[in-house]
Amino acid sequence: MSQSLRPYLTAVRFSLEAALTLSNFSSQEVERHNRPEVEVPNTNAELLLQPMHISRNEHEQVLIEPSVNSIRVSLKVKQADEIEQILVHMFTRFLEQRAESFYILRRVPIEGYSISFLITNKHTESMKTDKLIDFIIEFMEDVDKEISEIKLFLNARARFTAEAYLGEFVY
Amino acid sequence: MLPNVNDKSVLAVFKLVKAPIYSHCFSSDRSLLAITCETSCLVYRLTNINSQPKLVATLANHDKTITAVDISIHGRIVTCSQDRNAYVWEPLSDGSYKPTLVLLRINRAATSVSWAPNGYKFAVGSSARIIAVCYYEQENNWWVSKHIKKPIKSTINCLSWHENGVLLAAGGTDGFIRVFSGFIKGLDTKEAVAGSPWGSKFPFGSLIKELYQGSYIHDVEWRSKIEKVAYVAHDGTLNILDSQGGLQSVNSPDGLPFRSLAWINDHEIVCAGYSCHPILFSEASQGWKFAKNLDKVADAAQTPVATGEGEEGEDDNGTFGISALRKFKELDLKGKVTTSVKESAHENAIMELAPFAESNGQVTQISSCGLDGKIVLYTV
Repeated sequence: MSQSLRPYLTAVRFSLEAALTLSNFSSQEVERHNRPEVEVPNTNAELLLQPMHISRNEHEQVLIEPSVNSIRVSLKVKQADEIEQILVHMFTRFLEQRAESFYILRRVPIEGYSISFLITNKHTESMKTDKLIDFIIEFMEDVDKEISEIKLFLNARARFTAEAYLGEFVY
Repeated sequence: MLPNVNDKSVLAVFKLVKAPIYSHCFSSDRSLLAITCETSCLVYRLTNINSQPKLVATLANHDKTITAVDISIHGRIVTCSQDRNAYVWEPLSDGSYKPTLVLLRINRAATSVSWAPNGYKFAVGSSARIIAVCYYEQENNWWVSKHIKKPIKSTINCLSWHENGVLLAAGGTDGFIRVFSGFIKGLDTKEAVAGSPWGSKFPFGSLIKELYQGSYIHDVEWRSKIEKVAYVAHDGTLNILDSQGGLQSVNSPDGLPFRSLAWINDHEIVCAGYSCHPILFSEASQGWKFAKNLDKVADAAQTPVATGEGEEGEDDNGTFGISALRKFKELDLKGKVTTSVKESAHENAIMELAPFAESNGQVTQISSCGLDGKIVLYTV
């Protein structure tokens, strides 16, 4: 792990730990509703807490938006070139299409980020909070590795294809 | 059930339900235990602390999550729920309970409930920015309510009655701690509040004291004898307010906010919350400070252990199909499991603390309920 990744992940971990202090909170606006306050247009400013923005560089950022009963964690995955952009898009789309089996995954990332998680009080009540945090940290660690791995595969495959195809023209 | 933790402070651990327990309450003789479990309230009989409590009644009239439960000194149980209702459950001689709907007249969730010390009225906090003080009306044979509306700006999270049954402390998500008067004509007498340092006149609903904390108030508790009120807030502080407006504040040692507090004696308070174990604070000459952790997990080195599958398939040396299978299995099991050597009695946040046993005005045992569906008894 590189030198600057460690403090970045530590900062994210502690911010998540502080943000994942949720309570079961029924809506003050709509009768008999219990909804994630971070996701609905809110006229009660007190229910939304200060968003936390952790940035390692312009390509790798985390935005944590806490509220009284839910938090939204958005990740920006490193995208150095166009191939990586396509790969990240495909990869996150693959996950988002299966969002219901990932529980905390949000189907659509928020503007400017590659992937978003939505954790509500239901999740912290049925899962261990520190394991949830571990999962997100691990995801952040792995996703870069995964993308560069896919990129290598892609390059190798492209080279092989090109060689096989262009080999036809060699006498 | 015997405690499975090596800490002396844990007396008993009861794993009762799979759902989170938001609130629990023991009857005054500690024989009955009422807990909230999703949309019903479960009543258990506790014979001694070494055996699992036995379920004796299920109070199921609500159709949304029950948020709070309280038992009066007469044994009446009151439950309130996010379906905007509260019920008073009168115990019958055959061990069952007769529900009476309370006319709360609120149109949002009820969030907290607390019996007055004399057991003749109770207060219900709600998301409708209202505190309903409810009492029994003989003529109509039902529980009616009077509202405290001003100047509450957001959901009420917690309520606590002063021992005199008139002063009512409340805190909520608007970040204000407030002391109201819950004086009901015909139920309360002026003598009860005569000479109170909090004021001279207590008409119903009047605001006696107000203090801005700036973050959600999760729990508030009176210490009537010394006329102080303690509260815990989402900024991770424990605060003690006296009648002159003097405020003392102390921070949580692990930085996570508390959900609940209980007075041990005039100079000690136990708090618990998102750090999953209770913490004792005590008052010294320089003010309140951290005293000790109860049942805290030692910072043992966490070793990553792969889930059980590791040893399986040792003998298949290199057969193609099997090794491919294993490769995919390993891919599937990428999420390693870290097992901490010791676990605290509560595995998830503690929602509520209550005194369990007292001797000479000193609380010796406290009970707690948590999101993990457990009730734990601690010695202080």
